[in-house]
Amino acid sequence: MESPKTVWAALASPRYLISSWPWRSYAYLLSSVPMGVLSLGVLVGLAGLSAILSPIVIGILMLMAFPLIGASIGYVERRRAGLMLVDGIPSPHAALPAGLTARARLLFRRREQASMRALGYGFVLGVFVWPLSALLGGLSAVVLGITLATPFIAGHDDVAMFSWKLDSFGEGLLFTVLFGPPFFAVSSYLLGVLAGAEASLAKAMLGPRQEELQRNLAALRRSRLDLVDAFETERARIERHLHDGVQQRLVGLTMTLGLAELDLPEGEGRRLVVKAHSGAEAALADLRAAVRGIHPRVLVDHGLQAAAREVADRMPLPVTLNITLPDRLPTPIEAAAYFVVSETLANVAKHAQATTCELSGWVDRGRLVITVQDDGIGGAQIGAGTGLTGLVTRLDALGGTLDVDSPPGGPTRLRMECPCRLGD
Amino acid sequence: MPTRRLTIVLAEDSLLLREGLASILDRAGHDVRDSVGDADTLLAVVHKDPPDVVITDVRMPPGHSDEGLRAAAAIRAELPAIGILVLSQYVADAYLSSLLETTSGGIGYLLKDRVGHVAEFLESLDRVADGGTVVDPEVVRQLLARRRNDGPLAALTPRELEVLALMAEGRVNASIAEQLVVSEAAVRKHVGNIFAKLRLDDGLDRRVSAVLTYLRG
Repeated sequence: MESPKTVWAALASPRYLISSWPWRSYAYLLSSVPMGVLSLGVLVGLAGLSAILSPIVIGILMLMAFPLIGASIGYVERRRAGLMLVDGIPSPHAALPAGLTARARLLFRRREQASMRALGYGFVLGVFVWPLSALLGGLSAVVLGITLATPFIAGHDDVAMFSWKLDSFGEGLLFTVLFGPPFFAVSSYLLGVLAGAEASLAKAMLGPRQEELQRNLAALRRSRLDLVDAFETERARIERHLHDGVQQRLVGLTMTLGLAELDLPEGEGRRLVVKAHSGAEAALADLRAAVRGIHPRVLVDHGLQAAAREVADRMPLPVTLNITLPDRLPTPIEAAAYFVVSETLANVAKHAQATTCELSGWVDRGRLVITVQDDGIGGAQIGAGTGLTGLVTRLDALGGTLDVDSPPGGPTRLRMECPCRLGD
Repeated sequence: MPTRRLTIVLAEDSLLLREGLASILDRAGHDVRDSVGDADTLLAVVHKDPPDVVITDVRMPPGHSDEGLRAAAAIRAELPAIGILVLSQYVADAYLSSLLETTSGGIGYLLKDRVGHVAEFLESLDRVADGGTVVDPEVVRQLLARRRNDGPLAALTPRELEVLALMAEGRVNASIAEQLVVSEAAVRKHVGNIFAKLRLDDGLDRRVSAVLTYLRG
């Protein structure tokens, strides 16, 4: 059986009493005492101090620091709540924007609503939570301690228990055995509930609200998009460098060699120049293929439909194209879709032993859909090679998906879907 | 070597290649009247005094996209008598299609590597100046690899496809015969069959039409 992740789940388990949970509850309740006292002390002290100092500016500055105190309390309390909630409480704070100074970071945190909620929790902890915890947790601990100690006390002295007088170790032991387990059982459940309630309160006040969760998700998505974008820009830069630099130089070289061929008489020298010329041409052809793989120019100039056609044309097997797309799609989507098409078709050509292949693409309700189907042997899967896995990551960042259905024996169907608009 | 002296306007943004091309054309006895580095200047120069042939790169400033190609299309639309030879770094048929959409000859599309084969390059230039169509063998080879199950080309035999591919390169029958090591009469027969199968009208320049049909797949 899986061990419970929260005290509520633990309370429902028949093994609750013999688990660590009663003791975690004690630890949580009793540790709230120093935290509560400290919070109250700091907050009251700071409030008093700033009241006294308010005529001068420093008092007002101290008031402004309250949300930050709240944020610090929240930080500690979210960790302490880990005693009751194994997974802890996720932070409600937004990720700090990059490149902020220390001062700007503090200002950012201070303005957050979550910091004010944590401050509120600090007051609740300081005023209500810890006295209640101390009272019930402490009382229960004392009773439990005395119950365990009873045999020894009774051995030395008389212990009056209502009308029953315990005056020997044996009687004390009898009391411990009779009273201890039922008391432990009842108090453990009560304290578990109390500790659970406090942890739930902490979670409600210190955990992220729905909109904070959504905001964090959006921020994550944006940063991944930025990453894809940076990757794309870099590819384009490399492509341009090769194209405008290396490729041009090689072309210039073939021209010079071509002219030299005209001037040279038949003989060894001319034979060597001709050889150099064909070598330069081969290098150009290689470079052309490489550049196309990095960032196909046709995609940039003419869009996905034309680029997919070029890819299909290079395939050794006939590819039926069935593409109806709007003129242009957002650049990162076009690029991702292009690489899906070229990678998939290359895989079909390499592994599928197919005789035909059909590529379809359309936009349906704001989603770009691309499917590739072949009549090959099947058995393809994402994760077998690096190619498709990389594409899945790219698509994921754009909010898209890639599914491969390829039973052994075939046929293989691949379907890519991706939202066509960015940022929603 | 050149049948006549051509006036040429050269558009290429890489200084290195521009110089190289100019010196090749100079040697061949042509008159490189202007060499420019961007599409706008190209259009201005051509408008002022139309040359026989425009040689242009695909990718040019300011956008470094397909400005050269678009300039070529604009020139073709306004001054159809000017031969246009497009030099490209890509084997992409998307560029070619957009070039051929409005045209019926006097046009060429060559990979830049081809310029190094000086004699062939100059021959292509002459063909374009004379109203012929020249397509780079590499592009043709790739188009040929596209084994379409449908379309008008499905009716052609492999041999006829080969002949058509060589026609697309702008070769005359004698040159095709030499290339395929057959008689010129045989080539004529194939060409006749191709025309018949593609159902080409007599009025048109059939050779060009055949090539265009071929390229449009």
